[in-house]
Amino acid sequence: MLAQQDALEAEQQARLVKAVYVYEAPVRLWHWVNALCITLLAITGYLIANPLPSMPGDASQHFVMGTIRVIHFSSAYIFAVGFIGRIYWAAVGNHHARQIFILPIRSRQWWGEIFHELKWYLFLVKEPKKYVGHNPLAQLAMFLFFTIGAVYMICTGFALYGEGLGAESWAGHMFGWVITAVGGNSQQVHSLHHMGLWVTLIFVMIHIYAAIREDIMSRQSMISTMISGWRMFKD
Amino acid sequence: MTETFYEVLRRQGISRRSFLKFCSLTATSLGLGSAAAPKIAHALETKPRTPVLWLHGLECTCCSESFIRSAHPLAKDVVLSMLSLDYDDTLMAAAGYQAEAILDDIKKRYKGNYIVAVEGNPPLNEDGMFCIHGGRPFVDVLKETCADAKAIISWGSCASWGCVQAAKPNPTRATPVHKVITDKPIIKVPGCPPIAEVMTAVVTYMLTFDKIPELDRQGRPKMFYGQRIHDKCYRRPHFDAGQYVEEWDDEGARKGYCLYKMGCKGPTTYNACSTTRWNNGVSFPIQSGHGCIGCSEDGFWDKGSFYDRVTDIKQFGIESNADKIGGTAAAVTGAAVAAHAAVTALARAKKKTGIDIPGGEK
Ligand code: HEM
Ligand code: HEM
Ligand code: SF4
Repeated sequence: MLAQQDALEAEQQARLVKAVYVYEAPVRLWHWVNALCITLLAITGYLIANPLPSMPGDASQHFVMGTIRVIHFSSAYIFAVGFIGRIYWAAVGNHHARQIFILPIRSRQWWGEIFHELKWYLFLVKEPKKYVGHNPLAQLAMFLFFTIGAVYMICTGFALYGEGLGAESWAGHMFGWVITAVGGNSQQVHSLHHMGLWVTLIFVMIHIYAAIREDIMSRQSMISTMISGWRMFKD
Repeated sequence: MTETFYEVLRRQGISRRSFLKFCSLTATSLGLGSAAAPKIAHALETKPRTPVLWLHGLECTCCSESFIRSAHPLAKDVVLSMLSLDYDDTLMAAAGYQAEAILDDIKKRYKGNYIVAVEGNPPLNEDGMFCIHGGRPFVDVLKETCADAKAIISWGSCASWGCVQAAKPNPTRATPVHKVITDKPIIKVPGCPPIAEVMTAVVTYMLTFDKIPELDRQGRPKMFYGQRIHDKCYRRPHFDAGQYVEEWDDEGARKGYCLYKMGCKGPTTYNACSTTRWNNGVSFPIQSGHGCIGCSEDGFWDKGSFYDRVTDIKQFGIESNADKIGGTAAAVTGAAVAAHAAVTALARAKKKTGIDIPGGEK
């Protein structure tokens, strides 16, 4: 959100306590469930493409790849349902809940703030700004890498999943078009879905680093905000 | 004037007994159950024969080779006597002008009521000069012959997708049939070659029921291309257990473990090999110890090595796979994050950021 508006909000609501309630419980719960799902999806996804060394003995004694795939698909369902729930919450929750879905791209000030954040990360400015919600750069990154990325992974993932369930399954009907759209060979969808793993990983690395760094360096709380919901201002 | 299929078959010396056997065989191979056999017999006895014209474009004739090796001699005899009557330049007795005259004749006499089966595809570069049929570019013959057809069968990966002659850089601009003929129903029967039993069943279905089989999104008959090799592979228990051939001739290879790590394309290939198999049901590639190469899939020549699981992505202009590109990008990001953290720590140590963190926050 816009720094000015945020500052106003912060001032109005938090003049004394210097804390604002930003992330409502469903958003926080979703964040951590989602993080867990993505971690599981990334690990199991990698192992689907690059399986573990072979198991000795009788085939009926093991279910290694089977288990890995079951974990991948169960987390995938939770991830997808969670994402739908998160969209619902964007509609009914507070305005911060809409930030990762709608970007104020027509606001010059917002772009200015992105620029400011970039300079802050390039050590060009000394004072970071205060934001109640996401800082604009984080918001942009979350939209591009997470929101778009999640839709992308869900579409490609369920397209592949629909192949196993069969073309007549719900997944085949709803997502089978993805395979046709990329040329009709599902090998291509595997490669594209696989690329998504690395994009996600890069987002998560930067995201976690930024969260920890801002927690220490900026003028407001970060990690605890995603746990308690309250944004604390340090000065 | 027009004969029924049955009359033609009898004229060809096929006994009624063989004919009825063929009907039950067809009913079974189409998964229709025994009740369908009399219906098929009735249809063949009463329906006027639908002629099939079999054209050859840029191809290697492996589809024909497969077709005439149809496992069941009965099916082969019957179907061949249905087909070879008309036009198939590799199988028929006629040649030259006499043969070409058949095309015109059928076109006129059976207008809108004959089937064209195309093996291979037309190259479009240089006005189609890379494939000449009876002195004319194949693409012209194809368009002409298909103009009055009821339906078209695209035999094999060539006609369906383009196959090897359309692999990059495709110098002759070999083009699959559905991109040239856009106003007719097209049934794709991909594979390099397709399985004989699948071919005969598709033709029989179309001739007996006088309609095209149910097709999937990409125009393939669902009854044969509805599932992947991987879904019905007899090595699947090893896949689920996590038992793989790690390298050729290792212990796992001898034990018949799953060929996933050797680049098996079964998980992305729609075909009936793992159920119907080849050569009278003797075997299929995976059973012989080699992974599926995905020959019935669109563009399988251009999708990286047959022996890699995570295949090269050529779209980026370099030969590299998702793990190499992604792993490098992640490593660079990791290094950047570490460097950024180090600079931050330094700057903080020197208080260069100017943030004066008060000892006691409120
Ligand atoms: C952030 C989320 C996800 C990540 C990082 C991820 C990662 C991966 C990776 C790396 C692969 C291996 C691809 C290959 O064959 O080379 C894979 C396979 C697969 N994923 Fe995902 N995935 C995610 C979400 C999903 C979702 C939402 C679904 C939906 C059901 C899904 C379903 C599948 C399926 C069906 C396969 C193929 C499994 C097989 O071939 O046995 N994935 N995933
Ligand atoms: C797979 C891992 C993760 C993913 C995909 C992820 C994704 C996200 C997303 C989409 C948001 C926006 C929330 C919203 O507005 O609804 C967010 C916020 C946040 N995440 Fe994560 N997250 C992950 C892991 C983590 C971890 C491990 C931490 C803690 C170190 C963390 C800390 C935060 C914080 C502090 C915020 C709020 C940022 C702000 O206040 O502006 N995240 N995350
Ligand atoms: S051999 Fe190929 S098709 Fe068979 S289970 Fe393994 S990966 Fe699947």
